[in-house]
Amino acid sequence: MSDTPLTAKAPFPPAVIAATTHETPGVRHALTAVALTYLALFLLLPLVMVFAEALRGGLAAYLSALTEPDAVSAIELTLLVAAISVPANMLFGLAAAWAIAKHDFRGKTVLTTLIDLPFSVSPVIAGLIYVLLFGLHGFLGPWLREHDVEIVFAVPGIVLATVFVTLPFVARELIPLMQEQGTADEEAALSLGASGFQTFLRVTLPNVRWALLYGVLLCNARAMGEFGAVSVVSGHIRGYTNTLPLHVEVLYNEYNFVAAFAVASLLASLAIVTLIAKSFLQWWYGDALASGPKR
Amino acid sequence: MRSIQTLLAFAVLACGWMAPGFADTTLLNVSYDPTRELYEDFNRAFAEHWRQETGEDVTVRMSHGGSGKQARAVIDGLAADVVTLALSADIDAIAEHGDAVPADWQTKLPNDSAPYTSTIVFLVRKGNPEGIRDWDDLVREGIEVITPNPKTSGGARWNYLAAWAFADEAYGGDAGKSRDFLARLYRNVPVLDTGARGSTTTFVQRGIGDVLLAWENEAFLAIEELGPDKFEIVVPSVSIVAQPTVAVAEANARRNGTFEVARAYLEYLYSPVGQALAAKHYYRPVSPEAAAPEDLARFPDIKLVTVAEKFGSWAKVQASEFADGGAFDQIFASRR
Repeated sequence: MSDTPLTAKAPFPPAVIAATTHETPGVRHALTAVALTYLALFLLLPLVMVFAEALRGGLAAYLSALTEPDAVSAIELTLLVAAISVPANMLFGLAAAWAIAKHDFRGKTVLTTLIDLPFSVSPVIAGLIYVLLFGLHGFLGPWLREHDVEIVFAVPGIVLATVFVTLPFVARELIPLMQEQGTADEEAALSLGASGFQTFLRVTLPNVRWALLYGVLLCNARAMGEFGAVSVVSGHIRGYTNTLPLHVEVLYNEYNFVAAFAVASLLASLAIVTLIAKSFLQWWYGDALASGPKR
Repeated sequence: MRSIQTLLAFAVLACGWMAPGFADTTLLNVSYDPTRELYEDFNRAFAEHWRQETGEDVTVRMSHGGSGKQARAVIDGLAADVVTLALSADIDAIAEHGDAVPADWQTKLPNDSAPYTSTIVFLVRKGNPEGIRDWDDLVREGIEVITPNPKTSGGARWNYLAAWAFADEAYGGDAGKSRDFLARLYRNVPVLDTGARGSTTTFVQRGIGDVLLAWENEAFLAIEELGPDKFEIVVPSVSIVAQPTVAVAEANARRNGTFEVARAYLEYLYSPVGQALAAKHYYRPVSPEAAAPEDLARFPDIKLVTVAEKFGSWAKVQASEFADGGAFDQIFASRR
C-alpha cells in the first residue's frame, strides 16, 4: 500500500523534476521571480491595502468601527450562521462520504454529482432558489405566511443559503481519502465483533480526522465570507440581517470607507488564520499519514 | 458526540438570541439608496417624538437598495411596515403583486404621498474638464455617462425621463428623434449599476466616467462627503420633478400590530421637523416654510417639468418605457 497523499497533485518528487529539466538557473530564477511578483501584486498588495485603509483613521477609529452596534450585530449573525451551517455540513459531509466511499448502492453517482452542484451553481441562483421556494409568492410562501414563519429576509433564510453554498466542502475533502483507504480496516473491525457504529467511531472517523478538520476549515471560511447567495435572501436590514460581508458593502456605500475596510480586515484576518491553519494541517497531516500508525 | 452537543447548544443560543427583537415596537422601513442619511436623522427624531407622545419606545430598522429591487423584495415577503421608495411605480408594483399596500395607497397622504421632492442634476469632476453644460453634451462622442439601470433603480428612471423631457423640448415633440437621442445617450454609458448609490461610488470612488446623472440630494451629499475640491454640480436647462413616494405596508403593519405607529411615522415626515430634516439632507420639502432658509438657499433654480404634464402618468411611462420589451430594452439592445 503506498502512502499517496490526499490529493495526488504532485506525482513526482521535486528531485525528479529538477533532474529532468534543462533550464539554466537564470531561467528558473526568472520564473520564480515572476510567480512571486504575481502573488505579491494580486494577493499580498490588496491584503495590505485592506489593513492600511482600515487603519488610516487611527486605531481608535478602527476599534470603534468594530464595536458599534451594527457591526457587533453583523459579527454575531455571521458567527451564528457559521455555527449552524458548519456543523450541519460536517455531519452531512461525513455521512455522505461514508456512504459513497464505503458502500455500494443504486444512485451513488447521482449523489456524488448532486454534492458538487453548489460548486457549479452561481451563488445568486442559490439565493433565488430559496426566494422562489419560501418567498411570499413562492411554492411554500403562502403557507409559511399563514403560520407566521419567517424564512427568507430573516435569519433562517441566510442560514439555508449558507448551508447550500458550503455543502460540498467537507464531503469533497473526505470522499477521495475514504475511497483511497478502502474498507479493509472496517472489515477487520467488524470481523472482530465491533458494531457498525463502533466501527465508524473508532476506525473510520480517526482515519479521516485531519481531512475532516481541513474540510471544516474551508467550509467555515466560505460560510463567513459568502456574499452573493446571502445578499439575495437577506433583505439587508441594518443591525438585523446584515452579515459581515453585507455590512462591508453597506458601510462602503455610506462613504464610510475606514469602517468598511475595518470590517473587511476582520474577514481578511479570518482568511489568513484559515490559510495558516490549512498549511499547518497539510504539513502535519501529511506527516501523520507517512508515519503510518494504522497500516 | 461533542459536535452534536455543540450544535444543540448553538441552536438553543440562537433561539434566545432572536427572541428579544420582538420585545420593543420595531418598524421596518424599506427604502431606496440615497435616503440613508436622511432616515438616520429622521428615525432618531421620530423615536423621540413617539416617546413624548405615547411613552413607547420605537426602533426603526432600515433596509436600503435600488428602489425596484427593494419593491421586489417586499413583493417576495420582506416584512416592511413602511415603504419609502424612489417613485410611485415601484409602490404600484407592490400593490399590484400582492396585498402589502392597498391599491389606493397614493391617496392616503398629502401631495400624492410624496413628502419631499428632488430632481436630476449632473455631477462632474472639478473644473468641468469636458465642458458639460446641458443634456446635449452627454451624447457627444467620447463622453462617459454614469447612470444606474432603470430596470432596478428608481433614480435611473428619473434620469431617463429627465433626458427624454429635454429631447422632447429640443426636437419639438418628435418622438423618433427623442428616442434616437436617448439611444445615443445610453451608448455613452459604460457601467449600469443596480442602484443610485452604486453609480455614485462608481463615479466618485472608482473614478469612472465624465459625468454622473444623479439625484440632486445625492450630488450634494457626494460633494459634502468627498470634498468640494473634487466635484461640482452642473444644472441642466431642464429637468424633472422627481417625487419619491411613501406608503404604509398596511397588511404587514396590521399583522405586526404596528399600523398606528407606522402611519404616525409617515405623517411625521410632513411635520415641520420632518420637512426641516428633508431640506437639511438636500430634499426639496413640500412645505418649505418649515425648513431653514439657508438650507433652501442651496437649491439651484431649474426649469422643472412633471411626469404628469409631460408624459401623462407613471403607469403609462412604466409600461411603455421600462416594462420587459419596452423602449429601454430596445435602446439597450441597440447598443451592441
